[in-house]
Amino acid sequence: MVARTLPVIDRDNEAYWTWGREGKLAIHRCAACEYFVHPPVPFCPRCESRDVAPQAVSGRGRVVTFTVNHKAWVPDLADPYVLALVAIAEQDDVRIACNIVECDANKVDFNMEVEVVFEPVEDLWIPLFRPVAA
Amino acid sequence: MTRFAEKNTAITGIGMSDVSRGANKSALALTVDAALEAIADAGLTRADIDGIATWPGERADGSGFSPVGCAALQDALRLEVGWYGGGGEAPGQYGAVFNAIGAIAAGLCKNVLIFRTMYEATARKTAYANSLLREGQRQAGPFSWYAPYYTYAAALQQALFFNLYVHKSGIRPEQVGQIAVNQRRNAALNPKAIYKTPISIDDYLAAPLIATPLRIYDCDVPIDGAAAIIVSRMDVARDLRNPPIRIEAIGSSMRYRNSWTQLAELDTQAQPKVAEMMWSRTDLKSADVDIAQLYDGFSFHTINWLENFGFCERYGAKDFIDGGHRIALDGELPVNTGGGAMSGGRLHAYGAVHEACTQLWRRAGARQVKGDPQVCATSTSGGPLAGAMLLVRD
Repeated sequence: MVARTLPVIDRDNEAYWTWGREGKLAIHRCAACEYFVHPPVPFCPRCESRDVAPQAVSGRGRVVTFTVNHKAWVPDLADPYVLALVAIAEQDDVRIACNIVECDANKVDFNMEVEVVFEPVEDLWIPLFRPVAA
Repeated sequence: MTRFAEKNTAITGIGMSDVSRGANKSALALTVDAALEAIADAGLTRADIDGIATWPGERADGSGFSPVGCAALQDALRLEVGWYGGGGEAPGQYGAVFNAIGAIAAGLCKNVLIFRTMYEATARKTAYANSLLREGQRQAGPFSWYAPYYTYAAALQQALFFNLYVHKSGIRPEQVGQIAVNQRRNAALNPKAIYKTPISIDDYLAAPLIATPLRIYDCDVPIDGAAAIIVSRMDVARDLRNPPIRIEAIGSSMRYRNSWTQLAELDTQAQPKVAEMMWSRTDLKSADVDIAQLYDGFSFHTINWLENFGFCERYGAKDFIDGGHRIALDGELPVNTGGGAMSGGRLHAYGAVHEACTQLWRRAGARQVKGDPQVCATSTSGGPLAGAMLLVRD
């Protein structure tokens, strides 16, 4: 498989892309009203608090939608892979783009229960999701 | 409803260069062709043009997505303008038109040349020139959330939205395929269209999958070409040679999360509130619309706009387009009458405006819709972007 393109890291997204080192998925959360704010920014759009910081979530979620890619956009792209949007279990309007892994591409379905796994690449830990074992 | 500034503007001329899968002239030369044709069509000269607008402005990145901006065209034509603007953060491709309406209302100009140039056919002859990802380069900004996941093209993001729509609506592939089949049939009657060989539903179903449920015939076709329109202040428009095509209403809102991941309603995309805004600025209703030129970067967009403009109920598009009769040239709502971007070529919403005016001025020849079409609904973009216009020839 070709190399993943990595994100540029800044003060707001650093926890998201690095806490996987400890096996944790970091999502910004408002300390005042407990709303999860994603993409991360130190401002709560619900209560206007500035006390918003990364917090580890369960890493569980559900597949909101997905697609199985069939086109070889570049050479050496692997067999069909799954791009998905996953909603975290704690708050359904926080959506995470990801690949669904450790699963036959044709078995992925809407609302499938998934859990985070991390793939280390260079200095980052890329969140991916796999089906929760039945 | 005169408080709405768009009602004081009209399209007065249109132009289009040759459209091809590989041009024999430069992107700027194509743009000059389209611009001069539009200016002459309006009955104007270069000296009358006092505004220029484009979307998304010049991007000298080799992708061919927008190789010509306002400055290059201004200098090529030596225009002297009171206002110009080209920028990508707007309600889709029509952002250039909406900005021009504001500039006219502000008294900055009265005849604005608006253009869109694509050179993607030539660009794609170099390897992977249009991939969203650059090997070895880290990705900043909103797209960084998708970058690690092999998201090479907007097609993948749109397939995510499309798949949820299919799941919720129950639309079947042979119904989706009616969009491509209809447009190929219309393109056969359009001398400038790229693909003119008819396709059947069986052809559609047999074509390669790009990313489920998106098939190759659901995608628009990259081209080299340029389209231009002249938007004039209404009092000026009344004195020109063509019957003014009034901009009756626009939808330009961002009252939703403009995000490829966090947009609340993925399956309807950003369009509902934009369409709602457009209808709030006119007394006309969807039943008054004679023809529709609906964005078709992917056929899913066209299907979505049919519902979001109110031509059918939510998730009712599958029945509306079933069999393809209603959306055909002789149907109750002819859709994408020139073949759209999928068969005509990806002029990125400005091909659609050009075709709208061609039909409203009854210049469409073999593909001219029957009767006396006066009202055209047009729309642009998908995903978290959307813009809408209602055009009326009195």
